[in-house]
Amino acid sequence: MEILAVFSPLVAFLIAGLFGKQIGHKGCQFITCAAVILAAFSSVVLFFNVVLHPDFTTDHSYVHVLARWIESGTFKTQWALRIDQLSVVMMCVINVVSACVHVYSVGYMSHDPHRGRFMAYLSLFTFAMLMLVTSDNLLQLFFGWEGVGLASYLLIGFWSHKHSANAAAQKAFIVNRVGDFGLALGVMSIFVLFGSIAFEDIFANPAQYEHTTMSFLGYQFHALTVICLLLFMGAVGKSAQLGLHTWLPDAMEGPTPVSALIHAATMVTAGVFLVARFSPLFEYAPAALSVVTVFGALTAFVAATIGMTQFDIKRVIAYSTMSQLGYMFFALGVSAYAAAMFHLMTHAFFKALLFLGAGSVIHAMSDEQDMRNMGGIKDKIPLTYALMWIGALALAGIPPFAGFYSKDIILEAAWADQSGVGFFAFWMGIAAAFMTAFYTWRLLFMTFHGAPRAKPDVMSHVHESPSIMVTPLVVLAIGALFSGYVFYGGFVGSAYKHHGEVHAAISEGMENARHAPASEHGGEEQMETAGDKDAEPEETEAMTGLQKLEVEAEEIKEEVSEIAEAVVEEGKENLKEIKQAGETARELLTSEIKGMEGAEKEGGRPSDPGLNLWSREFFWHKSIFVREHNDTIEAAHSVPLWVKYLPLFVGLLGIALAYHAYVRRPEIPARISASAGPVYRLFFNKWYFDQIYHAVFVRNALRLGKFFWKFGDKELIDGLGPDGIAWASRKAAGRLSRFQSGYVYQYAFVMMIALVAMVSWLVFRVEPIQISLSPGQKRVEKSTAESPVTVPSILELAPQNERPEEIQE
Amino acid sequence: MIMPPVLTIMIFLPVICALMITIIRGDKGDEEIVEKNVKHLSLFGSLFVLAFAVFMYANFDKTSSDFQFVEKVSWVSAAGVNYHLGVDGISIYFILLSVFLTPVCILASWNSVKTRIKEYMIAFLILESMMIGTFAALDTVLFYVFFEGVLIPMFLIIGIWGGPRRIYASFKFFLFTLLGSVLMLVALLSLYATTGSTDIPTLMHSTLDVEYQKWIWLAFFASFAVKMPMWPVHTWLPDAHVEAPTAGSVILAGVLLKMGGYGFLRFSLPMLPHASMYFAPLVLTLSVIAIIYASLVALVQDDMKKLIAYSSVAHMGFVTLGIFSFTQQGIEGAVFQMLSHGIISAALFLCVGVVYDRLHTREINRYGGLVKNMPNYAVVFMVFMLGSVGLPGTSGFVGEFLALVGAYQASTAFAALAATGLVLGAAYMLLLYRKVVFGPQKHKDAAAMEDLTAIEKLVLVPMALLVIYYGVFPSTVMDRVAPSTAALMTHYKMSHEPLGYNEAMLDTMPAAGENSEKRSGS
Repeated sequence: MEILAVFSPLVAFLIAGLFGKQIGHKGCQFITCAAVILAAFSSVVLFFNVVLHPDFTTDHSYVHVLARWIESGTFKTQWALRIDQLSVVMMCVINVVSACVHVYSVGYMSHDPHRGRFMAYLSLFTFAMLMLVTSDNLLQLFFGWEGVGLASYLLIGFWSHKHSANAAAQKAFIVNRVGDFGLALGVMSIFVLFGSIAFEDIFANPAQYEHTTMSFLGYQFHALTVICLLLFMGAVGKSAQLGLHTWLPDAMEGPTPVSALIHAATMVTAGVFLVARFSPLFEYAPAALSVVTVFGALTAFVAATIGMTQFDIKRVIAYSTMSQLGYMFFALGVSAYAAAMFHLMTHAFFKALLFLGAGSVIHAMSDEQDMRNMGGIKDKIPLTYALMWIGALALAGIPPFAGFYSKDIILEAAWADQSGVGFFAFWMGIAAAFMTAFYTWRLLFMTFHGAPRAKPDVMSHVHESPSIMVTPLVVLAIGALFSGYVFYGGFVGSAYKHHGEVHAAISEGMENARHAPASEHGGEEQMETAGDKDAEPEETEAMTGLQKLEVEAEEIKEEVSEIAEAVVEEGKENLKEIKQAGETARELLTSEIKGMEGAEKEGGRPSDPGLNLWSREFFWHKSIFVREHNDTIEAAHSVPLWVKYLPLFVGLLGIALAYHAYVRRPEIPARISASAGPVYRLFFNKWYFDQIYHAVFVRNALRLGKFFWKFGDKELIDGLGPDGIAWASRKAAGRLSRFQSGYVYQYAFVMMIALVAMVSWLVFRVEPIQISLSPGQKRVEKSTAESPVTVPSILELAPQNERPEEIQE
Repeated sequence: MIMPPVLTIMIFLPVICALMITIIRGDKGDEEIVEKNVKHLSLFGSLFVLAFAVFMYANFDKTSSDFQFVEKVSWVSAAGVNYHLGVDGISIYFILLSVFLTPVCILASWNSVKTRIKEYMIAFLILESMMIGTFAALDTVLFYVFFEGVLIPMFLIIGIWGGPRRIYASFKFFLFTLLGSVLMLVALLSLYATTGSTDIPTLMHSTLDVEYQKWIWLAFFASFAVKMPMWPVHTWLPDAHVEAPTAGSVILAGVLLKMGGYGFLRFSLPMLPHASMYFAPLVLTLSVIAIIYASLVALVQDDMKKLIAYSSVAHMGFVTLGIFSFTQQGIEGAVFQMLSHGIISAALFLCVGVVYDRLHTREINRYGGLVKNMPNYAVVFMVFMLGSVGLPGTSGFVGEFLALVGAYQASTAFAALAATGLVLGAAYMLLLYRKVVFGPQKHKDAAAMEDLTAIEKLVLVPMALLVIYYGVFPSTVMDRVAPSTAALMTHYKMSHEPLGYNEAMLDTMPAAGENSEKRSGS
């Protein structure tokens, strides 16, 4: 099944790529679409086999080894497919979105003369992405990593006659290479530290390296922090995080389906996947996690500020993508890996929907992308309009659309992290959520509402897209509508049904403690509730009374009461305790699972009323690793209400503002941009990243290259070397040069004589060394060996031949 | 089964072909027939050699680190010089590369060389036998003869069939390499004087005084560094490439540059382990400089061949980096990188040759938008461009990455600096490809060029397939290289053991070496 899911796009690429002429455009389109749809179905089957297996409590992941790859000494790699929960989720997202985009492209590219090739590239991309997520070692991951980069390069530059498209393609590849530079070094560091780059070996026991240091660039660093930061550098490049993001907006030069598939739904999320995959290492590198959080938070914020000011419809969505990737990264940074993956999935649906919808608009508007030239088309393309609304609502995080669930759990987790970077990320995320809602509705209002700003002949052509383009949009819209609600439990839900009660009780206890310190009554209540949880799984008999419960609770779990006491006494540090309570819940859960496994072995079915099977523990199993004290998702389920509702509130505020500025009083934005304050200019010019990079890196690299070439090679090396010697010997040779006949054979002959002369001279010279190696004789050799310039005979004999041809020229 | 003297046959077959070409004559007016016969004879001669090489490859024992197909005949008995040939897991691939590229060169010159076709083919055949000899020789004198012998046909190929500044370039090439080679000759003679042997396997296991090693090492280094070429003695390469005819560039980049790396592996490391370690920082520094410097220079070139020439300097930097990391990954990576570069850079020069034959200019800006009129060309060029960039899945990645892994273990700083080559390498190659293949069609004559001919496809498509095949299944090569590099590493490590080992080695190793030769030779 996994072979079918991964390799059918490759087969389609090879057939469409190599025999495109023979089978024609229709053939290419058919074979690629068929293959990717087949792959999508296979991945869904895998999803049911591995993730949603009826036997929830067992881990159904496995590795399918295909062939040997690079082997050198202890450095061994294989071609293998790792089928675990994380990779299967990714495969489903990739293949489903890719299938939609494939089908959509048949319509979108129907007038392109190279549409067969386009389909082939899309399939190549899908294959590379699948190889990336199913890799079982870092090198195969690197293969997929660079493979998607190649496909992205080919597709951005697909319209190769456009200068801007080529420049953007090249920029994307090179900027990504900067990230890959870090990733490659990370791979090497892992090899040095772990002696292997196979995931199995790396994740076996990373805790043993918790305090290991390694030497990097001459300094001693905490080994896992270095490794994680290097890996993260790769992720920054691929996922367009701040610093290496400049390629993503430019990548919008590619056809719109490419933007939807590669630059929104899948490739750019590879960095998120990488960090989630390496959660066992990141968990032991808290400093690296903080860096990830800060980068993610800044990206979310900065990208949103830029997104508010752009006019190109695709660029707005591109900056929105970057901003949403920022959310995913700070979720990773606060150890909420599952939340990041959740947002990755929902985002893939609604962002692909938005992009393809924008493509539909562009298609309808005769390839117009500037929103200033749109407007007033909502009645002409009502279906696209409605689908864009679904995407927008999901993006802005309005319930019950998918983005609401995933974005909220991320923000809650950031807050629940209760650390400096966590709060920073939370507030940045709230600010970005406000701006997201604003620019999304700005986009909707500018594009669809108001008076038409396009030329009449364009407007007369505006038409709804054919059904082959609309059908995939509907599929994605279904995802954008329901994926959040349906998968919330599995991706981020708590396994412990009563966790809510536990936390509620603890919070209550803390509230009590805060208002009435050391109130024993609160503590007892607390204990009761917590004890209840304990007692339930372990007692087969029904509970008989409160009395008995209290006794049992004391007997079984002393530490629970300790927690409760601590809660009572340290009411001010309430949130730390929330986390600890989460930990306790987990402990209980672990014991329960063990018990259940035991029961299973004995032939019984696990049926515990206290256990929630549709939860992240049984969804992810071991594919995502979180240390207990870092479990922010558990804690996120019991944050205060204002944290839960603030994102929704600012989102609605953003929509309201956009409505006010673009529908009710459309003159406001024009006034702002006309006055062009420094802040507006900063946002509009994308914080000047491109200009700074060009001035610092591009221009200096070219300047340095010119300098090395003209001065280093020509003046210095050649000047002191062959040309200088030639010049010197020309002077010396004087009239001798007239001997030159210009025939190469003669030169060669003279050279040979020179060689023979040299050899015979040297043979006699080295004679003394044969006898012994006293210091004196060594000096003899030194004079010949050390510096070429001091070998007189060559200069005398050979260069005289060199003169003439220069003169002749 | 009695093994025929395969190596001797392979060395002398091209010479015999060359001799036969000299006697092909025709009356006036028959020039065309003569030329055709000459071309066919040299092509089939070189293919015949290739067949022998494949036969040798098929019979190669991949589990052994010993020299195989050994032939040993006394040559200058007074001095103890032998005609001693043999291959191990490292050299067999260089021989395969040489005999593979020679028919490629002959095919590449099929229509593009118009003058003195007879002499041209003779030069290439002689060159082939010299190349095989260099990699097969197990005697220092024999090695030197072949090593230097390569220069002469190459010198003539650049000097006679080259571009407008061919004389300057050929002399620059000759002088640079000769200067180094002469120093190597000094070293070889001195080694003979010290150890009394010209036998490479014996020398590989001899133990030399540490101080003495340093001088010998420097002399070898002078020769190999020029051949690689390493910074700062690389300036002959761009000129030589620019002026050389396409096939000349192919051999130059494909095989001749590898002689330096091969020399390091065959001489410097096993014979002079202490000096190698002593000078390793120097070599690593020069390698890193080469990678960054040459990549930056490549970035600003307007001449296609010059750009690829500078890229060769950068790629060879990875080779020296890998070798002098003294790790198995580094050395195997270096070997693989040389083989891969032998195919990729050769193919890139062929790609330049394809458009040069049509438009007679190497200026990058004279092209553009070739993807429209030459789609097949765009595809194969893309494969080689990506190979040069080191994309995983192409052979270029395997060597480069392993060399970096090796270097990383030796020094993180050097590896990190060298890894910037990943970024810069992508920059200049993509720039070249974009300017030549993508973009608008600015020039009518460039836009009117025909796509690949049958001969060009015959040459380029198999090479493209090889690049991908060895990128996906490198173990076919690595398995045979590994025993030899493992043995090299073991030897290298043991020679750095504290006292006690060296003396013991001296007593046992030559005997062991002889035995193994006899075994594999029979």
